[in-house]
Amino acid sequence: MATTTATPLVTFLLRIADDNLVLAQRLGALLARMPELEEDIAVANVCLDHLGQARSLYARAAELEGLGRTEDDLAMLRDERAFLNATLVEMPDVDFAHTIVRQFFVDAYQVPFYGVLCGAADPVLAGVAEKAVKEARYHLRRSSTWVVRLGDGTEESHARVQAAVDLLWRYTGDLLATDEVEATLAAEGAVPALDDVRGAFDATVHTVLAEATLTLPTDPYQRLGGRVGVHTEHLGHLLPEMQRLYRSHPGARW
Amino acid sequence: MTVTEQATEAAMQERFDAMLAAGRKIEPRDWMPDAYRQTMIRQIAQHAHSEVIGQQPEGNWITRAPNLARKSVLVAKVQDEAGHGLYLYSACETLGIDRDELNRRLHEGRQKYSSIFNYPTLTWADVGAIGWLVDGAAITNQVMLTRTSYGPYARAMIRICKEESFHQRQGFEIMQTLASGTEEQRAMAQDALDRWWWPSISMFGPPDAESVHTEQSVAWGIKLETNDQLRQKFVDQTVPQADYLGLRIPDPELRWNEERGHYDFGAIDWDDFWKVVRGDGPCNRERLEHKRATWEAGAWVREAALAHAAKQAARNTTTEAGR
Amino acid sequence: MSAGEQGWPLWEVFVRADRGLNHVHVGSVHAADTETALQAARDVYTRRAEGVSIWVVRSTEIVASDPDGRDDWFGDLKPYRHPTFYEIPDAVGHM
Repeated sequence: MATTTATPLVTFLLRIADDNLVLAQRLGALLARMPELEEDIAVANVCLDHLGQARSLYARAAELEGLGRTEDDLAMLRDERAFLNATLVEMPDVDFAHTIVRQFFVDAYQVPFYGVLCGAADPVLAGVAEKAVKEARYHLRRSSTWVVRLGDGTEESHARVQAAVDLLWRYTGDLLATDEVEATLAAEGAVPALDDVRGAFDATVHTVLAEATLTLPTDPYQRLGGRVGVHTEHLGHLLPEMQRLYRSHPGARW
Repeated sequence: MTVTEQATEAAMQERFDAMLAAGRKIEPRDWMPDAYRQTMIRQIAQHAHSEVIGQQPEGNWITRAPNLARKSVLVAKVQDEAGHGLYLYSACETLGIDRDELNRRLHEGRQKYSSIFNYPTLTWADVGAIGWLVDGAAITNQVMLTRTSYGPYARAMIRICKEESFHQRQGFEIMQTLASGTEEQRAMAQDALDRWWWPSISMFGPPDAESVHTEQSVAWGIKLETNDQLRQKFVDQTVPQADYLGLRIPDPELRWNEERGHYDFGAIDWDDFWKVVRGDGPCNRERLEHKRATWEAGAWVREAALAHAAKQAARNTTTEAGR
Repeated sequence: MSAGEQGWPLWEVFVRADRGLNHVHVGSVHAADTETALQAARDVYTRRAEGVSIWVVRSTEIVASDPDGRDDWFGDLKPYRHPTFYEIPDAVGHM
């Protein structure tokens, strides 16, 4: 697999790109399924933002690795074990509450995360981050608005969104976890240290959940592994649907 | 009505007719004949429903688009359709009807949507065919509607036309890429054209001889050209495009008529057309079931938002009172 | 469609495309409250272009004049009025 020889920066870029692509893939399936027309339009906007971020990052990763791969080779030809997204973004859209909570956790992370990346040494990464942090702030405003309305809405909405939090919380650790890749990049001065991201994430989560009258699960277990290709069983169903057409016509232009 | 009321109503009707004749727009707070109001409501609502239902066949390929660029463009297109539906519902509501009521009429089959969306998108090439043919046909109609008499409808159509221009180009470009690609891709494109051609030219509705063309529709700016005129226009512009693509239109009677200066084409199967319009097309039941199921599944979300708003309002009142 | 389900109210949307220009009425959205109305307006009518200012107003809050001073002419006669331009007393319930 290419990742075993990839530089820390390329691996880092793929992690972020994969987060955004897998999430966009989930969101893209939701059009014409939302509770109101305004929500169909909103979810499409969020989907396009994440897709745009993924594409810019794949292009940069492909350029840096210098193997002649394109954004589509990276998206469509890698198998599950080579994908480096966090487990959270693979989680399915059980209902609107799951969609919103998954998004809220991603947004609460991406705002401080992209904020740090604005200081990346790589100008392309820094440029992507500057645009993405604005998008993430808008996403966070929208998702936190919905978390509050569902949590502090009706009994039914409260039950559903609490169930979503109870399920999805254990996949958030994978977003926040860092390893030798981030450590190396920080030591090299390529990417600033990400130490403050968890604090900012926790603060946002606690504030919004409190306003939403929701609680976090007490079980401390976190399902890690996505960053090294050990995904949940969901990814193995998501990728074939996305990749099939590209793979079944090798070399074709679309 | 009293004599005064009758005289007043006659005066209003005269004024209304004069405005139409002068090409002035009718605006929401104007007096209008009830028939005009009801016709406009139905016309605009069915146009809106078409946009919304249209999200389904196209949205069907978002998760399986062949590359990231095509995926992005398709998401943007389906989003536009939702947006166009929304502009049209918004225009319709100015006539004194609620969007929820329009939804109800759609779900109960009392209002319709364009029959073209009752066909399945079986391959990626179908996405191209829809953009090229269906959007192409729709545009023929839409430009005409920017001049319609009802102000909010005309303004919504202007906004829609501005955004529509890239849809047809994208569809044609997909077909072009396929038609000049591998054997399988060429076959995929030809197969899509074979299935979408006849439904697309049927979109313009029954032949003039059989359709109810009232002077009313012309006066109200709903129909400025006849079904057959629009259909002929569409065929004339599309045949050269198919030739350019190197694809064959599935009509053995299609040929250029030098005398008429137009393409002659074969007879449409109107029995099949009416069958689909009446509800027995390949996807009619699925489209409405999907729409209804989505609406019902979202009820708890809509209720939650209202419940929260009510709680907030109560809290604000309490805060105010406590000052 | 559940009988008696109350819908999200209607909001009129006004957009100022750039500094130096006026806010212009562009259409309407349905939303349950001001925050989601603003977000919906931004998503639908501006596709989130930056530097744009948006106003949302409950349709029931709009007070409109009759064009051409028709009220002066007709006194008590009630020509058709757009229902959302008028306050419905709470006692009457949802209309």
